[in-house]
Amino acid sequence: MTTVTDPPLPRPRGPLSAAVIARLRTERGRLPPDGAIRRADPYGADLQTALYVLYELHYRGFEGVDDGLEWEAELLAVRRPLEERFLAALRADAPQTGLRDTLAALLAEPVADTGTDVSRYLDHHGGLDQLREYAALRSLYHLKEADPHAWALPRLRGRAKAGLAAIEFDEFGAGRAEDIHAQLFADLMTDLGLETGYGHYVDLAPSEALATVNLMSLLGLHRRLRGALVGHFATVEITSPPAARRLTEAMRRTRAGPAAERFYAEHVVADAVHEQVVRREVIGGLLHDEPGLEPEVAFGIHATAQVEDRLARHLLGAWQAGRGALREALPPAV
Amino acid sequence: MPNSPERPRRITLVRNGPVLVEGPVEVTGDDGEVWVSDRFTVALCTCRRSRRYPWCDTSHRRPTGQTHTGESRSATRTQRHDGGDDR
Repeated sequence: MTTVTDPPLPRPRGPLSAAVIARLRTERGRLPPDGAIRRADPYGADLQTALYVLYELHYRGFEGVDDGLEWEAELLAVRRPLEERFLAALRADAPQTGLRDTLAALLAEPVADTGTDVSRYLDHHGGLDQLREYAALRSLYHLKEADPHAWALPRLRGRAKAGLAAIEFDEFGAGRAEDIHAQLFADLMTDLGLETGYGHYVDLAPSEALATVNLMSLLGLHRRLRGALVGHFATVEITSPPAARRLTEAMRRTRAGPAAERFYAEHVVADAVHEQVVRREVIGGLLHDEPGLEPEVAFGIHATAQVEDRLARHLLGAWQAGRGALREALPPAV
Repeated sequence: MPNSPERPRRITLVRNGPVLVEGPVEVTGDDGEVWVSDRFTVALCTCRRSRRYPWCDTSHRRPTGQTHTGESRSATRTQRHDGGDDR
């Protein structure tokens, strides 16, 4: 019998996150004023850390932090300008391409390696060090894989709800705890000699990685952003199979281990089904019910591509220069 | 229930894509090989390019060349999209 322990609070990365984390720890102290939030870099480490901490209250919380703070009015009041700053930047940076062309572009698989694709880099050049770094920073999502999208269920109906629920059932192991995708990822981490604790690597994650996780929480926690959440989910499922195939190869080539291979091999076949269901049933059903949400679905795809591109540039920039991509080097494999 | 006798199993044909079949399924090949999946729906490869045959691995997606003019990309875009075509 193991007892699940709550994750520790992350370390602050600037005045905004320091104020938020101090409030959670002590339940006292001033929260950041609106003016400071409006001047903060929307993609920067400080704002992203503050948002990450506030969002985690809705998932697993933190050790030593009162669960009741999830709905504490002052914390919600400071979360709002933080997420509005992030959302405004995402909207300003998103192209105005319509949904049809946006989906078509996602489905187009480039022949050549353009040098901007992390899975291609890892497939061709990745060593175990890079694969371990990649798994450590992706663990912030994969250890809660598909959780943010479950928030869409009560906000959908008909085909969209049935399709999303079917995919989520698959993501959550189809009734078998050992097959929950988050568990498959924990098994991958064990193969790679990484700690499997939820949120364990948050302090090592670059701000670009925090932004990918915060985007899902932002879209998941606001009903008004349900169209964008569906767009996010579609992006994940559509782009997953080719990338997962390359990562399966990378795990095989580096002899990372059977569970490491299995995680990505499972995603090749599972997500080839999911992407069909998400396009036909979830997007199709949602837009049948609420055709006005079409631009929001496209925005969700653009926003996802944008935060993923920023992460890819960070990772490839570091690895191609022979550096590690995390804020501190990982301890050697345990 | 998807597989109850009251209701036929739904099979969805995707143009230029896989065949979607409600699971669980048992697929048999010419040489007697058997593949089993209990996923809620499976995607069966029809392009024969899948490296995970008989399951779809999205290899049917038409590759686009990385040209500076972007010609092949735009060609791919204009060929889509009635919602039922996977290329």
